[in-house]
Amino acid sequence: METIQDLIYYYSQNGAYVWHEFYRHFLMSAYGVLFAAIVAIPTGIVIARYNRLSTWVISLANIIQTIPALAMLAVLMLVMGLGTNTVVFSLFLYSLLPIIKNTYTGICNVDHALLESGKAMGMTKFQVLWMVELPLAMSVIMAGLRTALVITIGIATIGTFIGAGGLGDIILRGTNVTDGTAIILAGAIPTALMAVLADLVMGWLERKLSPIKKRKGSLKNNIQEQAA
Amino acid sequence: MLKFDHVSKVYKGGKRAVHDLNLEISKGEFICFIGPSGCGKTTTMKMINRLIEPTEGKIFINGVNIMDSDPVQLRREIGYVIQQIGLFPHMTIQENISLVLRLLKVPEEQRRTRARELLTLVDMTPDYLEKYPHELSGGQQQRIGVLRALAADQPLILMDEPFGALDPITRESLQEEFKKLQRKLDKTIVFVTHDMDEALKLADRIVIMKDGQIVQCDTPDEILRNPANEFVEEFIGKDRLVQARPNIQTVGQIMNPSPITITGERTLSEAIQLMKQHRVDSLLVVDELKVLQGYIDVQMIDQNRKKASFVREVVDTEIFTVSKRALVRDTIRKILKMGMKYVPVVDDKHRLVGIVTRASLVDIVYDSIWGVDDLSKIG
Ligand SMILES: Nc1ncnc2c1ncn2[C@@H]1O[C@H](COP(=O)(O)OP(=O)(O)O)[C@@H](O)[C@H]1O
Ligand SMILES: [Mg+2]
Repeated sequence: METIQDLIYYYSQNGAYVWHEFYRHFLMSAYGVLFAAIVAIPTGIVIARYNRLSTWVISLANIIQTIPALAMLAVLMLVMGLGTNTVVFSLFLYSLLPIIKNTYTGICNVDHALLESGKAMGMTKFQVLWMVELPLAMSVIMAGLRTALVITIGIATIGTFIGAGGLGDIILRGTNVTDGTAIILAGAIPTALMAVLADLVMGWLERKLSPIKKRKGSLKNNIQEQAA
Repeated sequence: MLKFDHVSKVYKGGKRAVHDLNLEISKGEFICFIGPSGCGKTTTMKMINRLIEPTEGKIFINGVNIMDSDPVQLRREIGYVIQQIGLFPHMTIQENISLVLRLLKVPEEQRRTRARELLTLVDMTPDYLEKYPHELSGGQQQRIGVLRALAADQPLILMDEPFGALDPITRESLQEEFKKLQRKLDKTIVFVTHDMDEALKLADRIVIMKDGQIVQCDTPDEILRNPANEFVEEFIGKDRLVQARPNIQTVGQIMNPSPITITGERTLSEAIQLMKQHRVDSLLVVDELKVLQGYIDVQMIDQNRKKASFVREVVDTEIFTVSKRALVRDTIRKILKMGMKYVPVVDDKHRLVGIVTRASLVDIVYDSIWGVDDLSKIG
């Protein structure tokens, strides 16, 4: 009980600070994923074209994924120094795998008949990609971005160790004081909340981008037909 | 308008899918490629719009070698319908139909009008335009698939087993519809199928393929009448051959080639004797060049026995004949309608070459109903 009161007190006193770190935390994750998307989506497309490359690229991304976050941060710090950029870069690396993998899968799973159909109607290679493959793979790619964003929101908390700020700062503070449970929670709860929110929003986007459009009207009709 | 000139296709790995194919297709023709699975039908068709490039030989469209034209441009000028239908699930029906127009940069407004107009061709209401493919039945989807190939008014349309994925009833009705559509639109159509009934129903000419080569290329009637070899016969099926017989056989093929005749110079008693000998009640009268003069029957002889002594004096020249090239189907109808017992068969110079009697008709009808067993007994 006391902890909750402490928590509320902490928020009332440090509301602006928490919000600031929340925002900062989000930006680091978002930038990491954004830059990763810029690199990983085209990579995914390329390896879907040249299947021989795919094993190599995906293995490489897999290896990156298995490096413990703290170790990765430490190594990057040696090269890039302290600060936000290093954290964003490591988040970028962690985001690569899910995005590449999903782009690759999404594109590979587009029905072959549709590609032939498009080609036979006189689409250029680029038009096939732009008008058929990407729209049809979009929801799977979106799912990759969603995974990446949730992962990076978690990992971004350790950014505090190299002075990048974010909600990790608050948690670290909590661990450094005696009886800091409330403060740890004050940092952990918004982090979890952000991850859940991100997941929900991206999930909604993913459904929105699904190639099979479900319209309310038609759904209702179907139900009526079944009832009749 | 379409010409294959010694075209061969060898796939990577050495598989020879099409071998030295020569074929000319004229404008407005409906050509069906048919043959067992793997005989190279799809390969042949895809070479036309360069989805596959021939290894050897040349293909000309309106005299232009297709290898000289830009493949993308070429494909936009050729309609294409595939078995898997291949409508884009993320586009509305309107967008699907007018996709080629969009590629050709036709303005939006015009595309919409065209899509609407095409939809009426298959008796679908405009409210389908805003629907998505998954909201349509299989038959409706393939109708849209066909319309999509017609959108830019391409003169040449390629169809690879377009109705293969549909249930038999839908397929049948779509075939009917499509045949009507084709007559109306006057397109050149290259149609691949493995369904002989479909080919017989739709095609102007059927190309039967086996192991990458043309076995026979002819009109459906001619193929049924004269299958080139055993493979074709087998492929058509004995059933169909027998059933189709009255529709495609000519009188020349079924007539009795040695009718009993007499010349006008003979006497009536000779005529009677001849009748008695062959147990018939009438004779066909010919001259020495076998040109048909008429007929006499036993009644006429009886009535004129006193007055006349030669056949030529009593012959009735009012006689109905058929040409030996007439279809059996039509002849049957005439014989039955006019209540004749027999019809003499003549050639172009009115020379008697045979006779069709009611008995021969019975044989035909019998064959086409029960003839399959019979045939296999003989064969
Ligand atoms: N891309 C390919 N690579 C190698 N062989 C192929 C390829 N496509 C088709 N074939 C072979 O060529 C032959 C003809 O194929 P196809 O034209 O598709 O036959 P059909 O359409 O008459 O069933 C088949 O034996 C098939 O296995
Ligand atoms: Mg095929």
